[in-house]
Amino acid sequence: MVDLRTEIAGVALRNPTMLASGFLDETGGSMARVYQAGAGAVVTKSVGPQPREGYPNPTIVELDAGLLNAVGLPNPGVIEYEHEVKRAQAAGAVVIGSVYGKDADEYAAVAAKMSTYGVQAIELNLSCPHAKGLGTEIAQDEAAVRDFTREVKDVVDIPVFPKLSPNVQDIAKFAVAAEEGGADGIVAINTMKAMAITPELKMPSLANRFGGLSGPAIRPIGVRAVYDICEKVHIPVIGVGGVGSGRDALEYIMAGASAVQVGTAILSRGLGVFDEITKEMASLLEEAGFQSVPEAIGVAHA
Amino acid sequence: MPRMQVVPLLEIVRETPTTMTYRFRGDLGGTPGQFLMVWIPRYDELPMALSYLGAVKGITVRDYGDATHALAAFTAGDRIGVRGPYGNAFQLEGPSVLAVGGGSGMASMIAAIEAFAQQGARVVTAVGARTAAELLFVERANAAGEIHIATDDGSRGSAGFVPALAEKLVARESFAQVITCGPEKMMAAVVDLARQKGLPVQASLERYMKCGIGICDACALDDKLVCWDGPIFTGDQLAKSEEFGRYRRDKSGRRVPV
Repeated sequence: MVDLRTEIAGVALRNPTMLASGFLDETGGSMARVYQAGAGAVVTKSVGPQPREGYPNPTIVELDAGLLNAVGLPNPGVIEYEHEVKRAQAAGAVVIGSVYGKDADEYAAVAAKMSTYGVQAIELNLSCPHAKGLGTEIAQDEAAVRDFTREVKDVVDIPVFPKLSPNVQDIAKFAVAAEEGGADGIVAINTMKAMAITPELKMPSLANRFGGLSGPAIRPIGVRAVYDICEKVHIPVIGVGGVGSGRDALEYIMAGASAVQVGTAILSRGLGVFDEITKEMASLLEEAGFQSVPEAIGVAHA
Repeated sequence: MPRMQVVPLLEIVRETPTTMTYRFRGDLGGTPGQFLMVWIPRYDELPMALSYLGAVKGITVRDYGDATHALAAFTAGDRIGVRGPYGNAFQLEGPSVLAVGGGSGMASMIAAIEAFAQQGARVVTAVGARTAAELLFVERANAAGEIHIATDDGSRGSAGFVPALAEKLVARESFAQVITCGPEKMMAAVVDLARQKGLPVQASLERYMKCGIGICDACALDDKLVCWDGPIFTGDQLAKSEEFGRYRRDKSGRRVPV
């Protein structure tokens, strides 16, 4: 029997699947449900200092390639969000708090507040590709990634995981910057900048015009990003982007990820996806002769 | 995966001073109680109940905001985007049904009222509105069975709220089940009434939605999603709810009073 437990910077997970930020994580009730459905941990909606409504609809477009979204970081603000975290924790969920802000001070203030709720780690949303002034530019600037990470590290005593954008020339440099800033782990990748147009109406399909693409189309991009990052940093990596099966998850693990996040695949496989991925991983690892997840991490690096 | 279809409007019918029906042909199915996400180009995308399920579909919506106001100015030939249908359906559970509708809530129930009648059930509808002119789908419901009317101002039918009318009807006749859609406080009263009488009850809920497909969490109700687990919930589910009749979520996800 393969041991599916894994650990990232001291955060113990019953299995390597995590709910990706932005999916079913605005409310504690939904996060509890996802955890109960089998996720090893849940990452919250990205939460900022103040309530934010997000963009007008349409905010989501289903495409053959995956899911295009410009939801626009809706969240109730970090003060009210305490209730949601507590509710998820009451159901036993391992919760990672995702935060954003307009500058390093705001990131630090929100992360500090979030850390008092008992979350196990902080994920820094440094890379939302479609919310102006909120993370977008930071993800394009290595020094900012380093400095923002350091400012947050200075005010919390739980692990900090910056989430990086794939919309850069060389993502590994940004991972190195995050490591220099004291990051305890890296989350890669966020969505790819993308767009869809509705020809019948001669207009963009999203109200925000532009959005971020998730799902199967970005998996090879994410796997490459994780592989590149793992060549350059010594901290654990969490792989995100198009994970919908145990095989997909193993690609990320063998590229060097210690865990994976799952979001868009909930659409095609339902909430059972976490449990299914875990079981599929177990049988694939067993076939490949591994006894545990850590044994398989990064084996594709010759 | 169902995708957005752009369809021209064939016909627009003013049902009441504030409520319009929009008819169109679309390559989509639909069962009674399901909804579509409707894109009003340049304005918004909103969940709307299917009020007609035949070859020519229909949605019926109250003009309550910028987007629905813009839609009200559309004319035949103007195009909207539709995706779906999404959500679950009203289920027929016995030989007789009491349908309790308030205001534009009738839009979500009328297809079920007609379908249940067609399947041989006796369908009694209690319909309420602020005033006579705002009564929705009275003729369709009457043609499907029997109708009783309540208006807040007494301008037609009995004066008062529709749950009081429903209470009289369940005292007079035994029904196998109750279905309801309308303002949430009204539905909460109807659900309470049905449960007190030991009647199975289904209520169709409304929440702010973004995705409509069960991933964004905007329409959360406790640990359920109105778009995915609903929009129709049973009395047993609602009795356990902390939020039904009390709280909804605003666009930011904050819990606010209904």
